[in-house]
Amino acid sequence: MKLKRVVVTGLGALTPIGNTVDEYWNGLVNGVSGAAPVTHFDASKFKTQFACEVKNFDPTDFIDRKEARRMDRFAQYAMVTADEALKDSGIDIDKVNKYRVGVIWGAGIGGLETFQEEVTNFALGDGSPRFNPFFIPKMIADIAPGLISIKNGFMGPNYTTVSACASSANAIFDALNSIRLGATDVVVTGGSEAAVTAAGMGGFNAMHAMSTRNDDPKTASRPFDANRDGFVLGEGSGALVLEEYEHAIARGAKIYAEIVGGGLSSDAYHMTAPHPEGIGVVAVMENCLENAGLKSADVDAINTHGTSTPLGDVAELKAIGKVFGENAYNININSTKSMTGHLLGAAGAIEAIASILAIEKGVVPPTINHSTVDENIDPKLNLTLNKAQKRDVKVAMSNTFGFGGHNACVVFKKLD
Amino acid sequence: MSDIASRVKAIIVDKLGVDENEVVPEASFTNDLGADSLDTVELIMEFEKEFDIQIPDDQAENIATVGQAVKYIEEAK
Repeated sequence: MKLKRVVVTGLGALTPIGNTVDEYWNGLVNGVSGAAPVTHFDASKFKTQFACEVKNFDPTDFIDRKEARRMDRFAQYAMVTADEALKDSGIDIDKVNKYRVGVIWGAGIGGLETFQEEVTNFALGDGSPRFNPFFIPKMIADIAPGLISIKNGFMGPNYTTVSACASSANAIFDALNSIRLGATDVVVTGGSEAAVTAAGMGGFNAMHAMSTRNDDPKTASRPFDANRDGFVLGEGSGALVLEEYEHAIARGAKIYAEIVGGGLSSDAYHMTAPHPEGIGVVAVMENCLENAGLKSADVDAINTHGTSTPLGDVAELKAIGKVFGENAYNININSTKSMTGHLLGAAGAIEAIASILAIEKGVVPPTINHSTVDENIDPKLNLTLNKAQKRDVKVAMSNTFGFGGHNACVVFKKLD
Repeated sequence: MSDIASRVKAIIVDKLGVDENEVVPEASFTNDLGADSLDTVELIMEFEKEFDIQIPDDQAENIATVGQAVKYIEEAK
């Protein structure tokens, strides 16, 4: 069976550095940090008091008030970006075969704020179970694709992939495979997360996973810098419309790039710590290259997982060295998390968009906040430090790794 | 309008996102005001909270209109 080609025809983004794809890209190339003191709740007693929140977002600008009230923020974010991506794609949803349009979404947690509120209300009560009937449907991680399909009538495959911070890369790879294998013509994919809540921040703080640079939030996310001290929690959503190539050509669609492959692997090592030699990360990039039929010399850019944690950043760069050998020195490596923070289950989606736009625009966004060289990092690697770099990117890879040891990688190529 | 009726109306307007002119005594939550099964459960819970009463499930099933809700609450208080 010959695999079908799959292209990207629509994008949507709602991020800590921009509420549309255009704003997001401007933020990326200009090195804007999305970090600021937390506004969603009172974080004054927390070890970390800042995050990369979505700003100036009123769901009722996009969603009917009653509908918005029935959605957790993670689902509101999903709806808004799916709408942007579908509009951008130019697909006439009344003309497509809706049984062949899927929604495959990623979310690492789902409706954490809803869960927190409901359980808190219960704990403050007299033991009577006064749970809201929307508690479960608002919270479950799969409600986002459910809502997208309800709004648009898409009746193809519909589910959420959950692999922590690799969730949306998993979703994108599943979407690619669904179209490749001929099961669908179009899949709305991506991911969303809204974990900047007391439970989210408190939980990650307890793991000592997050930066505590409260005196200077904007420089806290500093992947590859010697003084990095953990990730900065972000929130938001990214959406991509993937489409079978002939289907896109037949309707004269604008094509951003081709998605040519993906890879998956597991560290099989520890609940949260990365394998020090990055063996699972080596495997996932090798799987991805093989799946895409690419050689290591073909890759121009890698958007790393690069969360700004002491262990993870080094392990990932070591793995890149192993997979790409001498070719690693020719690659523009970056971590856009230096600007957006870590969007957990939405990270793979917004970073895939960054990779796609790097191909389209011929610019690789920077890794900002770098000031001190880490001696554990090979100095010959081009980490695209502090300023965006012009480059004719033909092939761009995007890495994501999640707690639990899940690794997922996708690769995009300029359309031949 | 009684105090109870106006508080019931305010809850319905807030939860169902409807115009207050639509919230007339004979209006059915599901047929006229666009409520689904989850909305009606939520409305009953809000009435319980607002008026500090308990509405058992078998009686909640009989509260289908605005007027029925007001009457039930007036009798329960």
